[in-house]
Amino acid sequence: MNIMDQVNSLLPGFLTADGFAGVADEAAGIVFLIMLATTIIGGIIACNSKRLVRAVAGLALCFVGVAAIYYYLNSPFVAMMQMLIYVGAVCITIAFAIMLAAPEDKVKPGPSGPLSGPLGLITAGLATIGMIGLAVKTVFPVMPKINMGSVQLIGVKLLTNYSMVFELVSIVLLIAILGSLVIARHGRSK
Amino acid sequence: MSLLNLHNDLNTYLVLAAILFGMGIYGLVTRKTLVGMLIASELVLVASSINIMAFNRFTAPDPAIGQIFALFIMAIAAAEAAIGLSITIAVYRNYKSVDIEDIVDLQG
Repeated sequence: MNIMDQVNSLLPGFLTADGFAGVADEAAGIVFLIMLATTIIGGIIACNSKRLVRAVAGLALCFVGVAAIYYYLNSPFVAMMQMLIYVGAVCITIAFAIMLAAPEDKVKPGPSGPLSGPLGLITAGLATIGMIGLAVKTVFPVMPKINMGSVQLIGVKLLTNYSMVFELVSIVLLIAILGSLVIARHGRSK
Repeated sequence: MSLLNLHNDLNTYLVLAAILFGMGIYGLVTRKTLVGMLIASELVLVASSINIMAFNRFTAPDPAIGQIFALFIMAIAAAEAAIGLSITIAVYRNYKSVDIEDIVDLQG
């Protein structure tokens, strides 16, 4: 009996090494369920609320939940990028656009088209059920992992195998920023 | 399969992505303003991203590639949001409205 076994035998159940791992697993499961609920509730608010400001707040909530889900998918770097880019940049940009150009009192009441209301709900529900059915029924082949997907490896691959795509995405972003500035500025002096 | 072990199952993530995709479709067909439709399209994009990350975690041999792919999706989504919002602002300046009912010039 080594020293760790003696320490473990003295501690109460949940403080031993095995017991602590079990408690940590349960806590991870509970946090995952909470984040799942956060994502879905945020999505419902984002697609269903009457006021657009609330929709953006729901979108930010949904993105926080999605960042936690990326963390559970062994990708803490992508989770951090999700918080930075989506919650930090995209949601703030949309909030600014709502303040600049979304007078909600000018929107006419009434349905927006033939698909609004129950028909739209049926459309979205059919798409969802179809995708869930396909996802659950299909058996996906699982391949053995050849590495752990660490942040270091992502950096190396971005600058070697995928350097061309990396540069192209950079150019696309640059052109998008310049183009949006030009479009939004056009006619401003009037 | 216990409820607390859901995060180790591929189907959980696929079902979540399908639900988010459905919410995005619902928002796209029911929203009346351009900004609302843009918010809904962000939901669709994030659903596709979750799908890719889930397959990356559970089935792909090299987990770095899926993360790189998700990062590229984020960059494209940010560019799309910037351009979409600037178009919204330009439309608002010309039509004094962001209601899709008022913007029917192209429809004839």
